Order: sequence, then structure tokens, then C-alpha cells
Amino acid sequence: MDASIRSICTQVRRDIINMTADAGCGHPGGSLSIVEALVALYFEKMNIDPKNPKMENRDRFVLSKGHAAPALYAVLGERGFFSTEEFKRFRQLGSILQGHPDMKRCPGIDASTGSLGQGISIATGMALGAKKAKKDLQVYTMIGDGESQEGMVWEACMAAAHYKLDNLTILFDHNGLQIDGSNDEVMSLGDMAAKFTAFGLDVVEVPVGNDYDQVLAALQKPHTPGKPKLIHLHTVKGKGVSYMENNVDWHGKAPNEEQRQQALKELEAQ
Amino acid sequence: MEKKATRVAYGEYVAKLGDTNEKLVVLDADLAGATMTKYFKKAHPDRFIDCGIAEANMVDMAAGMSTMGFIPFCSTFAVFAGRAYDQIRNTVCYPKMNVKLAFTHAGITLGEDGGSHQALEDIALMRALPNMTVFVPCDAKETERCVDAAIAINGPVYIRLARLPSPVFEMDMPFIPGKVNVLREGTDEVLLCCGVMVSECMAAAELLAAQGKNVCVVNAHTLKPFDEEGVRELAKKHKHIYSVEEHNVVGGLGDAAAAALVNMDGVELTKLGMQDVFGESGKPADLLRKYKLDAQGIADTVMGK
Repeated sequence: MDASIRSICTQVRRDIINMTADAGCGHPGGSLSIVEALVALYFEKMNIDPKNPKMENRDRFVLSKGHAAPALYAVLGERGFFSTEEFKRFRQLGSILQGHPDMKRCPGIDASTGSLGQGISIATGMALGAKKAKKDLQVYTMIGDGESQEGMVWEACMAAAHYKLDNLTILFDHNGLQIDGSNDEVMSLGDMAAKFTAFGLDVVEVPVGNDYDQVLAALQKPHTPGKPKLIHLHTVKGKGVSYMENNVDWHGKAPNEEQRQQALKELEAQ
Repeated sequence: MEKKATRVAYGEYVAKLGDTNEKLVVLDADLAGATMTKYFKKAHPDRFIDCGIAEANMVDMAAGMSTMGFIPFCSTFAVFAGRAYDQIRNTVCYPKMNVKLAFTHAGITLGEDGGSHQALEDIALMRALPNMTVFVPCDAKETERCVDAAIAINGPVYIRLARLPSPVFEMDMPFIPGKVNVLREGTDEVLLCCGVMVSECMAAAELLAAQGKNVCVVNAHTLKPFDEEGVRELAKKHKHIYSVEEHNVVGGLGDAAAAALVNMDGVELTKLGMQDVFGESGKPADLLRKYKLDAQGIADTVMGK
């Protein structure tokens, strides 16, 4: 990872902290865990044009775990889809930055999400539609671990494998925590890599899901022909802010002013 | 009079349109032989997507396909509108996606499969969603007009279709989305109806005419946007309106009419339909008779019997 990418990741983390602190609500934990993945997608991997967000044959990204919107907004803003001044209005009346991603209001959002399990199905339909329309583009979606308790995630995986969608990449943010506790406390997920493999996906392991180079390498790995790819990101919830890391309390809570300053100070040192 | 189920008309017509409209794709959830999307599947196998028995995923995949320029028609049984409701709400209606839902086997005329499969709430569910248009065609010809209108609309559309073969009206019926259609002029009560109830109401009008009643029959094929003004116009000329639907009287045609009439004096509305009960197994004709939704039952109710 070069220095500029490192500074982008840090800036995105600062944006997430500031956005949620300014709004007084939002989901910092699961936003911080996917920063490297979103930066790798929007700054290196995806064929997109921030000045032409509806470019016809652009690659698509669907944030299936829509509550991690602050991460996506931060990346889109830093990438130039809209002014970073918008961050201050996150979750405010009339803002393009709704509590959950809204494709009708915010440039660069390819699908409205928030109800868990749906984004991966939308992405599956996009990938199938792209193939049927003979469009040469890639579709990416990010799902959460708690989200994978939704049966719909598995309906989508089954369909993606059935229709041999080798233009679809599912990123699986496995940070081990959800609102009410750890995955194991709430509803054990078991061997997710084995489950996704059994559903016909080509699973690529990323042992350190917050290591930019590892994430990018997994994204650059070509699809096995005829198979959708699933990138298993072993991440840390709240990554980059000591008191948030691996702490379930920070799933859906905003930092207060003192906590904001501490987080920003820690990020400054990184 | 020729009889044809609206689901058959839908299946045949969307397959025919697929010959010239390459944007059409059809998704089904393992019911192509029942929803009649089998015709499209045969004619355009490359644009037919079987989603397996996974209705929720079907609806969201359709939304995804619509972003690639396709006009997807999703079909399954109307009773599964509830099963995929979160998807219809959040992924089709909230972002106003160009997805069409042509759901079949609605109402008690589904018959023998029984109460678990007879959708009596789908109109209510769909009417409650912003951005949604809701059509309930009365016969095969009107089904084709509804499909045309659905394609012309850039946004979500629900079309409620029936299993039961029903008469195909010989008369020319103008079809203007969002406007009620007077099929039979009359000076006494109004029978305001939709779907397969239209032919029952037309037959009821004949029975009533024989008893000296001259009722007016009005087809309300568009449940949303609902023609409130048209219904108020009817109420200015007729003292008593009967809404007749093969749906729960909660949230359907009757309630749409009630909302239109709420501030009008001197008009009476009686809601005929399923009186907040589930259906049951039986032959469609027997069910219609039991719930007084056949021509005789409707006529008897109007005569106060």
C-alpha cells in the first residue's frame, strides 16, 4: 500500500467518525471494518467516473449492509462524486446522505439498501442483467456477517451460482459482531467459507481483511470461469479506533465530542 | 360468450410482446405452468429467468435487471405478494424501480387450493405503497391493456390476475388508466366492481332488471391511482353504491371508494366482498355462492334479501 492510499483510508475513517458524531447517530463499527475494501474498489478496482456517476457501462457496487452508509459516503465524497461538505448533513432533513443509501438522492449510489439481505439479490439481478444485455461490466456487493442470517442471502447465492455469474463479486465482512452481541451469541454462523463453497461460490480468503494489499489482491484475482466470487474478509469491527475495536457497543452508536477527539487523535497517529 | 382466464391472456400477450420488445424479461418462481409465463419461456427462453421457489429473491433480482435497461415482469401467486413484501416495498417502490408484478390466482376464485392460497389482501398491500400502480383487469382484453399500460409506466406496477376462466366482453371498453369505466348505464344503485366480479355484476344487473331495478355497473380496473373524482360523480347521481370485490373489504376497492366519498352527504356505500374472513377450499362457483359474490348473491343483496 502506498502512502497516498494509506492517507485516503485514514481520511475515510476520520470522515466516518465526524459524520456519525455530527449526526449524533449512525453505525461507525461496521463502517470502519470495510474501509480498506471500499477504498480498494473505488480508488483502484472499479471502472467508474465520479463526474459521470450514471455512466452506462460502469461497474456497480451495492452496499447490502446498508447501515454502513457512512463508509460508502466517505469514500464517494473523497473520490469526488459530491462535495465532502455534504458529510456534515448526514442524516439531516433534506440531505442527499440519508440514514441508509438512497440511489434517488445521492450520486454514485447504485442501489437503495438498508433492509438486510436485499442488496445481494439486487446485485445478482444486476450481474444477470449485464450478462443478458451483453454489457462488459463487473458487479460488486458487500454483505455483513449478521446479515447472512437472512435466508434471502442464500437464495441469492443459489441463483448467482445457478446462472454462473462470473461477473459478480460478493465481499463478506466477517467481523464477528452484530447488534445484540457476537454472531455466536445471537445465531451461530458456523463454517461460512464451507457454506458459501457448498452454495457454488468461489471463496477467496483474506486473513486480514483490513490489510489493503491483501484485499486488493483478492479483488484482482480473476474469477473462475462460470463461478461467482466471494471474498471472505476477516475484519475488525471498529477498526482504527481503540475503544471501538471488537466492541459490540459501537455497532449503532455515535461518539460524543470527547470520544470524537480521541478517535481523531488516534487516527492522526496512524 | 367466450371465456378465458386473465392469467392466460397475460401469459399469451407478454410472450407476443416479447417478439418485438427485446427489453422484456420475465421472471417466475417455479410456477410458469400456472402463471402462464410458460408461453414466454417457450418463445424467449433466453429472456425467461426461473428463480426457483424464492419469491423474495425474484423480486429483487428483477429490480437489479431493471437497472440494466430491461423491463422485468415477475409472476407468482398473488398470495406470495406478502412473502416478498419487504422486497416490493424497499427495493421496488422506495427507489421507484421499473418492475412489473403480474401475480395470478388472486381471490377466492382460485378455488380448491383453499384459504392458504387465496390472496384477499394483495390489493390492500399494494395500495399502501407509494409509487405503485395497481390494476385489476376484468377480462382477457382488458388484461392486455393493463400490460400495455404497465410497460408505458416507468415505475412499479402490480397487475392482479385470476385463475378462473371468465367471460371476455364483446363490447368495446375504453381503457384509461386511473379512470372508472361505466359498462352499463342505470338510474338506480351502482355496482362498482373490479376483476372477475365485473362479469358477475353484469349478470346481476340482468337479474335486477328483471325485478324492476335499473342498476349502473362500473368497472374500476385501476385501484391505484384511484378515480376518486369519478366515484364522486357517480355518487352525485346515485344514492347507493355497492362496491364488489373478490378481496377483503378491508383495504380494497370498498375502502378506496369510502375514502373518495367520506365528505359527501346523502350517499350510502355498502362493501361487498370477503367480510374480513379467510377463504376455504371449494369449486369457484360454490365459493362465490357461499360468500354471496355470484350474480344471484349480489342481486339478492341489492334487493335486501
